[in-house]
Amino acid sequence: MSSQPADIAAVAVVGVATVVAGSFGLRRARTTGDFYVASRVVSPRWNAAAIGGEYLSAASFLGIAGLILAYGFDVLWYPVGYTAGYLVLLALVAAPLRRSGAYTVPDFAQIRLGAPFVRGTASVLVVVIGWLYLVPQLQGASLTLSTQTGAPTWTGGLVVCAVVLVAVAVGGMRSITFAQALQFWLKFIALLLPAFVLIAVWQHRGDTVGRGYPRAPEHTVVSVNVATTVRVQAAETLDVDGSMDGAPASGPLRLAPGTHRIGAHTSVVLERGDVVPIVTSLPAQRTASWLRPLGSGTDHPLYASLSLIIAICLGTMGLPHVLVRFYTNPDGRDARRTTVVVIALLSAFYLLPTLYGAFGRRYVPDLLLTGKTDATVLLLPERMIGGDLGVLLGALVTAGAFAAFLSTASGLTVSVAGVISQDVLRRSRERGRPQRIRSFRLAAVAAIVVPYLLSLPSQHLGLAAVVGLAFALAAATFCPLLVLGIWWRGLTDVGALAGLIVGGVLATAAVLTTIVVRPDHGWSAALLAQPAAWAVPLTFVTMVGVSVATRARVRRDVGLVMVRLHAPEPVVAEIAALAHTTRA
Amino acid sequence: MTTPPARVRITHPRTEAARRAPVRPAIREIDEQTQLGEIYMSSLIRSQRRLAISIVSTIGVLLAGLSLATAVAPHLAEVRMFGIPLPWLLLGLIVYPVLIALAWYTTRHAERNERAFADLVRRR
Repeated sequence: MSSQPADIAAVAVVGVATVVAGSFGLRRARTTGDFYVASRVVSPRWNAAAIGGEYLSAASFLGIAGLILAYGFDVLWYPVGYTAGYLVLLALVAAPLRRSGAYTVPDFAQIRLGAPFVRGTASVLVVVIGWLYLVPQLQGASLTLSTQTGAPTWTGGLVVCAVVLVAVAVGGMRSITFAQALQFWLKFIALLLPAFVLIAVWQHRGDTVGRGYPRAPEHTVVSVNVATTVRVQAAETLDVDGSMDGAPASGPLRLAPGTHRIGAHTSVVLERGDVVPIVTSLPAQRTASWLRPLGSGTDHPLYASLSLIIAICLGTMGLPHVLVRFYTNPDGRDARRTTVVVIALLSAFYLLPTLYGAFGRRYVPDLLLTGKTDATVLLLPERMIGGDLGVLLGALVTAGAFAAFLSTASGLTVSVAGVISQDVLRRSRERGRPQRIRSFRLAAVAAIVVPYLLSLPSQHLGLAAVVGLAFALAAATFCPLLVLGIWWRGLTDVGALAGLIVGGVLATAAVLTTIVVRPDHGWSAALLAQPAAWAVPLTFVTMVGVSVATRARVRRDVGLVMVRLHAPEPVVAEIAALAHTTRA
Repeated sequence: MTTPPARVRITHPRTEAARRAPVRPAIREIDEQTQLGEIYMSSLIRSQRRLAISIVSTIGVLLAGLSLATAVAPHLAEVRMFGIPLPWLLLGLIVYPVLIALAWYTTRHAERNERAFADLVRRR
């Protein structure tokens, strides 16, 4: 049984199911409100699964396990941060944000500060963060499809674009709420079932992880498609077919320790027990160091861990697709309860990528040669289990991966498109409902096609790393805006604007430098790769400082806004009733 | 000789007359943005803010503490439970129930603050 048809079938089933769920929702999407945020009548349990479904992206499903294989213990901070981010969100913004009644961060800025220029800046940032987050989803889709079926690397992303556009265009948010909730369970089961079998196989074999450099567990043929520089740890003889160090090679080749250049379209054969040459962009570390905290072989690992924790914990609240989900809760209390369920669901899910990453180190270390470690989760079932069961479980994992790309990509597309259609195609606000929905559909196309084009030349960047940059930007801009806006009366429109600009420019500059220049040594590289630890405090200081300096601009009716954000809904309803009786 | 003080009528407070003293529900103070209303609102916001800050600092201490502990005491990595190195067990498994418990506590506490506020402003 070849794995290709099973994988293609899995992708097709997930894609068709998403579109069907989308058209199912169409019958119920009646008003513009339905279209954008499901009219806020989704029950907390559905909503929690939908939030989980939307949140667990390519980075969670594929990226974490791949990073664990390559870097080891330090990567565990990613899933912990992804979960703790919701706890921070719960404590700081969940209920007040829902009570503000805003659809998006720009809406929140408008409601809290009443200044169109802050709204505009926030809109630009939503689009940038959304695009930064969409790129790795589409990259992941391309990687999955090419790993599993040998399709060209541009196809997977295109499939995701098409399915998302059809699903979003026909149903809007309501339809994807149901689709998202189902996709959470699909993703969870797609990792859980194979994990049970993997554990059984591992127990049965009684394999242990050695302490030295990773060794191939069995005869493996590695195809190197693009020229790659690898580091060989100890002198060894490998079968190479293609070119090595600029000379054509065919047959056994003695490799001295050090770096070697493998030419494009070369295949390298690893026999059982061979030490795997490791691509130079990844750390070459012994497994003993891989197991240890701060042993990941990057510079300044303690700073990197701490800054990453800050970025993820504070960035979660600023992600466009996460925020928009909170408006589908009926009220502030339900927004909090939903968040607790989300944290429980994420906690269960995130036990699994760790397991896959650790198994990956033992059973698919050859990925270190090409550096395509994001494929760890996809390859493990077939490699470890083999046979028809392995193929079936591999197809299940592929389905789960596509569910991950589709759900996150559609959630992001809806929220980015919402902002584009409201704030960029601004005139549409005055027009009728059909025009508004048409402009939303147009905006959806822009929302996903741009990141698709960006994803094509950036295949070499790790999934979780790009997602980490999106988190850092969100943490450095929206987190201070939301936190100060909700908890501090003194925030002014000018202060918010200054903070958004400072945080946005600093974080974007760091992100761009990291992606384009790729510095890889010393403090400057560490500071630029993980900008949250310095950019977030700077933004807070700017917002507070400028707000204090422009104290006179604090809204006169800030008290009323605070009532709206913090008073429980029943009390607010009574206030409204009271106001009605006295003024009538 | 001074004139005796004018007679005054003393009523027991538990009568209709006493109860009908000018009463303004607190909710009206909030509606009209009076100083008293502001005080009610500030007390709610302050209690919720205190909760938020304490939870966020707990998370900070927990995560930064774990990260620093593994940095200053690398021999922790050699301790194994059930064959798994202690740091992996802590960060891969044990931290999650702690996060869930904190979330549950946050929600319960925030709802309690809101109930107290609702009772306060409805009292007449």
